Amino acid sequence: MKLVQLVLARIAFYLFVTLVAAFFALPMLWLVLTPFNPRGTLAAEIPSPATVANFRLVFANAFAMRALLNSAILGIGAMLITTLVATLAAYALSRADVPGRDLLIYALILFSSVVTGTAAMVPIFLLIFYLGLIDTLLGVILVLTGGLLPTAIFIMRDFVEGIPRSYEESALVSGATPRQMFQDVVAPLVQPGMMVVAIWAFVHVWGAFLIPFILLRSPTSMPATVAIYSFYTEAGTPIITLTSSYALLFALPVLVLYLLVNWRYGFRFFGGIKR
Amino acid sequence: MARIMLENVTRRFGPVIAVDNVSLPIIDGEFFALLGPSGCGKTTTLRLIAGLEVPTAGRVHIGDRDVTGLPPRERDVAMVFQDYALYPHMTILDNVGYPLKVRGVGRREIRERVGEVAGFLQIAELLERRPAQLSGGQQQRAAVARAVVHKPQVFLFDEPLSNLDAKLRLEARGFLKHLQHELGITTVYVTHDQAEALALADRIAIMNQGRIIQVGTPLEVYRRPQTTFVAGFIGSPPMNLVPCHMEIGVEAAHLVGTTFRLDLTSLRDRLALTFRDGEEVILGIRPEHLTLCGQGDPFAIPAETYAIQPLGAECVVILLVDNTTISVRLFTGEPPQPAGRVWVALNPERILVYRKSGELVSG
Repeated sequence: MKLVQLVLARIAFYLFVTLVAAFFALPMLWLVLTPFNPRGTLAAEIPSPATVANFRLVFANAFAMRALLNSAILGIGAMLITTLVATLAAYALSRADVPGRDLLIYALILFSSVVTGTAAMVPIFLLIFYLGLIDTLLGVILVLTGGLLPTAIFIMRDFVEGIPRSYEESALVSGATPRQMFQDVVAPLVQPGMMVVAIWAFVHVWGAFLIPFILLRSPTSMPATVAIYSFYTEAGTPIITLTSSYALLFALPVLVLYLLVNWRYGFRFFGGIKR
Repeated sequence: MARIMLENVTRRFGPVIAVDNVSLPIIDGEFFALLGPSGCGKTTTLRLIAGLEVPTAGRVHIGDRDVTGLPPRERDVAMVFQDYALYPHMTILDNVGYPLKVRGVGRREIRERVGEVAGFLQIAELLERRPAQLSGGQQQRAAVARAVVHKPQVFLFDEPLSNLDAKLRLEARGFLKHLQHELGITTVYVTHDQAEALALADRIAIMNQGRIIQVGTPLEVYRRPQTTFVAGFIGSPPMNLVPCHMEIGVEAAHLVGTTFRLDLTSLRDRLALTFRDGEEVILGIRPEHLTLCGQGDPFAIPAETYAIQPLGAECVVILLVDNTTISVRLFTGEPPQPAGRVWVALNPERILVYRKSGELVSG
C-alpha cells in the first residue's frame, strides 16, 4: 500500500515536471524548427520537406544583415566599456575608504533602473541630441553602458572583495608599482567576475530595443532588434517564416557565447557567494 | 648595511591607537622578534616598516635612509605573509620570480636566479606547479623563496608559521633560523608564540596595547621580566605570580600570603629601602625554581595538588596556593603520586618581587 502510494507520487511528480519542461521547451523547439519550414505556422511541427529558402531570403535583405553587424558593434562596445570601467570602479570602491560607499552603490543601482527606463527617455534623448550623438552607435553605447554600470560595479565589487588584500600587499612589497600590481595580480584574479559582467552586458545590449530605436534615425545604423520589423508585411503582421529565420540567426551569437564561456570557465558563476 | 630605526612612531586608526609612540633600534643583521598577544600592535609595527602603513607620527629609518613617506617598493624589503599570499594564477616559478620581474630582470636571468634560490630551499622540482598543488610546508618555502630572491636589505615575517601544523612548525623554525644565519639579513619577525620568539630571535620586543613593554635577549626577558605582563606571557607554563604583602619589622622581614609566611630577614635592610611595611606586592617565580619538599624547609609553603601533567622528560604539577594556581616543573620522568596536601619549596635566589602595579622591583 505504502509502496503503491510512493510510486504514484513519483509518477505524478515526473508528469508535472515534464509538463513544466515542455511548457518552456516548446517555444525553443518552434524557434529551431520553423525556419526550415516552407509554411509559416505557429505550431512546432517538423518541417516536410525541410528547406533553407527562408534563410536565402533573409540573407538577401541587406538592411537586416547590416543590422546584425550594428548589434555586434553595440554589444561588443558596451561590453568592453562596461567591463573595464566596472572592474576599475569596483576595485576603487572596494579598496579605498569612501565615506558612505555602500549607500552610493545602492543609490546608483536604484537610479540606473530609472535612467534606462522609459521615464527618462525624453531627457536622455535631449542630452544625446545636444551632445551631437543622435543617430550614432557611440551615443547608444554610452547610454546603455550608463544603465548597466551600477549593477556591473555591484557584481564586480563582490568578486574584488573576495580577494585577500595580502596578494596586493605582497606585490607592493615585492616592488611592484600600483599599476603593475593591478595588472599582474588583481586583474587575473577577478577575471571570472569580468567574464560574468562581460557576458551579462553583451546579452543585455544585444537584446536592447527601445534605446536604439529612439536614438538611431538612419536605417543603416539600426540594430537587429529593430531590423526584425523589416520582415513584417505592410499591414503589420509578421511573415513567420522570415521572422523565425532571422530570430534564429539573432539567437546564435548569444548561444555560442554561452557555450564558449562554459567551455572555458565551466560556468563557475559564483557571483554573490564568498568562498 | 641595514639597521632599522623607529623613532616615536605612532599609528592611529580612528580612535584606536594601534602603535603608541614606539621607538626601537634594530641592529644590522639581527633576528628581531616582535612578540605580543593579538591586537597588541606588533603586525601594525611590521607593516609600518614595510611601508604598508604610514605612521600618524614619528619617523622610520632603514639603513641610512629616512623611509617614512616612501612606498614599499622603494624600501628594499621583503615580507612573508601569514597566508603566504602566493598568487594562485601563477606557477611557483612566476611567483618566486615576481620581485625580479617587476624590477625588469630578463626572463632568462629570472629562471637562473629562481633556480638557485629554489635549490637552496629544496623546492626546485616544484617550480612548474601552482600554489594550490603544494603542501603547507612547501608553500611556506616558496613564500620565503620569493622573499629572498631579490636579496633585500630587510626581511619581514608576519606570523609565517601559524598556518602550519605543530610538527611542521618545529621543522620550519629550525629552517628559518638556519636561513637567517646563512644570509645575515636583518630580520623582523612577528609572532604571538613566545616559544617561537625565544627559539628564533637574537632579541625580543614584547608589546602590549601598542606599546613596547620590554626589549632584550631571550634569556633576559625570560629571567627578568620587567612587568607581570611579560612574566605571565613568556614561558610555558609562564611564571607563577602570587599576590602577597611585605611585612617589614625592626629586625625581621617577611613575605606573607594568606597561607604562608616566607622569612626574608637576611634581606631586611635592603627591603626596607624599597618597600613600605604592609605593602601589597606580587611574588614571581619560574616553575623550574620550585620543588616539592617536606614540611621542614624554611622556604616551603603549603599547597593543594590540582593536576599532574607528565610530559616525558619532565613533569608539570599544578598546585593551588591561596586560590591561585601555580605550576611546578619537576625534571623527573616519574610523576609524583597525587597527594592532596604537599609542601613546595622556593629557590630564594630566584624570587622576583613586583609592585602591585606590575613593574619589577630591581635587586
